[in-house]
Amino acid sequence: MKTKKSSASHRRPAKLWQLRLYVMDTTPKSETAFANLKKFCESHLKGRYRITVIDLVKQPHLAKGDQILAIPTVVRKLPKPVRTILGNLSDTERVLVGLDLRPAG
Amino acid sequence: MKNNGPKSTSSATYLPKCPTGIQGLDEITGGGLPRGRPTLVCGGAGCGKTLLAAEFLVRGAVQFGEPGVFMAFEETEAELKANVASLGFDLAGLVRRKKIVVDYVHIERSEVQESGEYDLEGLFVRLNHAIDSIGAKRVVMDSLEALFASLPNEAILRAELRRLFRWLKDKGVTAVITAERGREQLTRHGLEEYVSDCVILLDHRVVDQIATRNLRVVKYRGALHGTNEFPFLIGAEGISVLPITSLGLNHKISTERIATGIPRLDAMLGGRGFFRGSSILLTGTPGTGKTIVAANFAQAACRRGERTLFFSFEESPNQIIRNMHSIGLRLEPMVKRGLLRFHAARPSLYGLEMHLATMFKEIVAFQPRVVVMDPITSLMDSGTASECRAMVTRLVDYLKAGQVTTLFTSLTQGGHTLQQSEAAMSSLMDSWLLLQDIEGNGERNRLLYVLKARGMSHSNQIREFLISDHGVDLVDAYIGVSGVLTGSARVAQGALEKAVVLANQQEAATLKREVERKRAALERQISDLRSDYETEAVELRRIAEQVGTRTSVLGTERAASGRLRQADVSVPMGIGSARGNSKPKSKR
Repeated sequence: MKTKKSSASHRRPAKLWQLRLYVMDTTPKSETAFANLKKFCESHLKGRYRITVIDLVKQPHLAKGDQILAIPTVVRKLPKPVRTILGNLSDTERVLVGLDLRPAG
Repeated sequence: MKNNGPKSTSSATYLPKCPTGIQGLDEITGGGLPRGRPTLVCGGAGCGKTLLAAEFLVRGAVQFGEPGVFMAFEETEAELKANVASLGFDLAGLVRRKKIVVDYVHIERSEVQESGEYDLEGLFVRLNHAIDSIGAKRVVMDSLEALFASLPNEAILRAELRRLFRWLKDKGVTAVITAERGREQLTRHGLEEYVSDCVILLDHRVVDQIATRNLRVVKYRGALHGTNEFPFLIGAEGISVLPITSLGLNHKISTERIATGIPRLDAMLGGRGFFRGSSILLTGTPGTGKTIVAANFAQAACRRGERTLFFSFEESPNQIIRNMHSIGLRLEPMVKRGLLRFHAARPSLYGLEMHLATMFKEIVAFQPRVVVMDPITSLMDSGTASECRAMVTRLVDYLKAGQVTTLFTSLTQGGHTLQQSEAAMSSLMDSWLLLQDIEGNGERNRLLYVLKARGMSHSNQIREFLISDHGVDLVDAYIGVSGVLTGSARVAQGALEKAVVLANQQEAATLKREVERKRAALERQISDLRSDYETEAVELRRIAEQVGTRTSVLGTERAASGRLRQADVSVPMGIGSARGNSKPKSKR
């Protein structure tokens, strides 16, 4: 489990985003997803997000808990409610909709 | 074995099968589902797909030592456990003992967003993990089609499903995939195009306000299978399919005979009654006394100390007891002693399958040696003819296997040809008694005869069936040119025959007298002749004596005259006696 924590948040410390990225091994698809997610978080949630990457090859039992079917999948554990996005996150607009985030502005 | 064609019955070597343990299904499919391959079970809502899948898994774990994975897309684990518990399956216990893994797969469409490419590797991982965690041999996915509602991208889903079925085969698990029935195809989303090995179609339809469940094996690649629709039941012990063809005709057979409770009827059946464990059909029009014969049979069984179960579909137990009391049959003590049990239910109370399930339950609980069904025909109204036949077959089979003697009464409507209306059922029965009404001379009388009785010599005679305060009796009916005579006509005929006998007796006496008279006359004649003869004989003797006397007198006279004349010895006309007499005289 790789954990990537951003620098300390300075504007809204209460609203920490917890994101989980489910992948299988280090396939190009997974790599793309991770890169896309990181890029997205950096531009929209800088300093107040935490990404947990879960490799289902190593921890298959974790798939059940978050009802994972598709790979890759991003689950927003916090803030509630739980949101799920399937895919390699190449469509940024849909990621925004999926995570209930309107583009800044 | 390699040379065996596709018609080979030894399917074990040809195509390995995975027994389901579901009653009847293994018979239809010739041993079970194709081992190591996916089977598609499709059907409309509420037709028992999930139960069939669950039973396949539970029986696999319990009976065949094959652990299983239940991947549920519609019901949660708790719901599933509760649902199959009603069939007596301890799913929770099996899960605890690691025989079965339940994985509830659920995706809320509203919480899911797609962005870019993905695959369903997550599903594979979960399934693989579940299979490996208990070494599962069986997998159920119920129902995979729920994914079509959860995942927006159908193109990806279809590609992944194709891969999934391939993967299941490679994994070597026997899988059951359920799917909703589609309008123009077998499944709503065309899953049948992925699963090509075995497709089973379930159906729940209502005909004449009666709901029945049917099962059909649409396709079974590489194996012979029953192609018909078979009714199936969901009872307290799970699903049971009712294939008539699967009945094994290899019951244990008893040569023991049991009395019918009516001595004359026993006499008609070779003197000793029915065979134990046989099934008996008693057919009759309304009011011919079917229940009475049945009650007699039940009472006779109870008197022998045998438990008897009386299924009544028309009368309440108390009514039967009261009515039988009126003909001198006391059933109440038998009920109190626990030898006789009544089970009364309105046929329309529930469907045929439910009736059958209830009856099985009662039989298992009470363990009777004799069962009476009165009448089986009213039960038949709760299903179509073929279903009823299947049900009766099932019942007969079950009871015979347990050596239970069963009497079915069957009501036929007046005017129908009895034989025809009962032909379907009668072939299942070992003995068939017919009760019939005949009308004539302003009265109605009952007849009884034995139509068939397998394996025993039986009377071909029609007997009149009499019901009185003292019970029932059978008497010989008169059969003449004018037909069968019963009731008062029989009595009249009796009187008539008595008169005829009397007249015959009188005639015989007259003849006898005549003969006597002739004999006397003859003897008189004989004695007359004899006396005539005797008279003549006396006369003849008298004449003969006279002749002799006369001759000797003559001789004497001649000798005397010769002496008188000093005649010489030579007497020319002398006779023997005279000469002899003269000789010594001449020497002198």
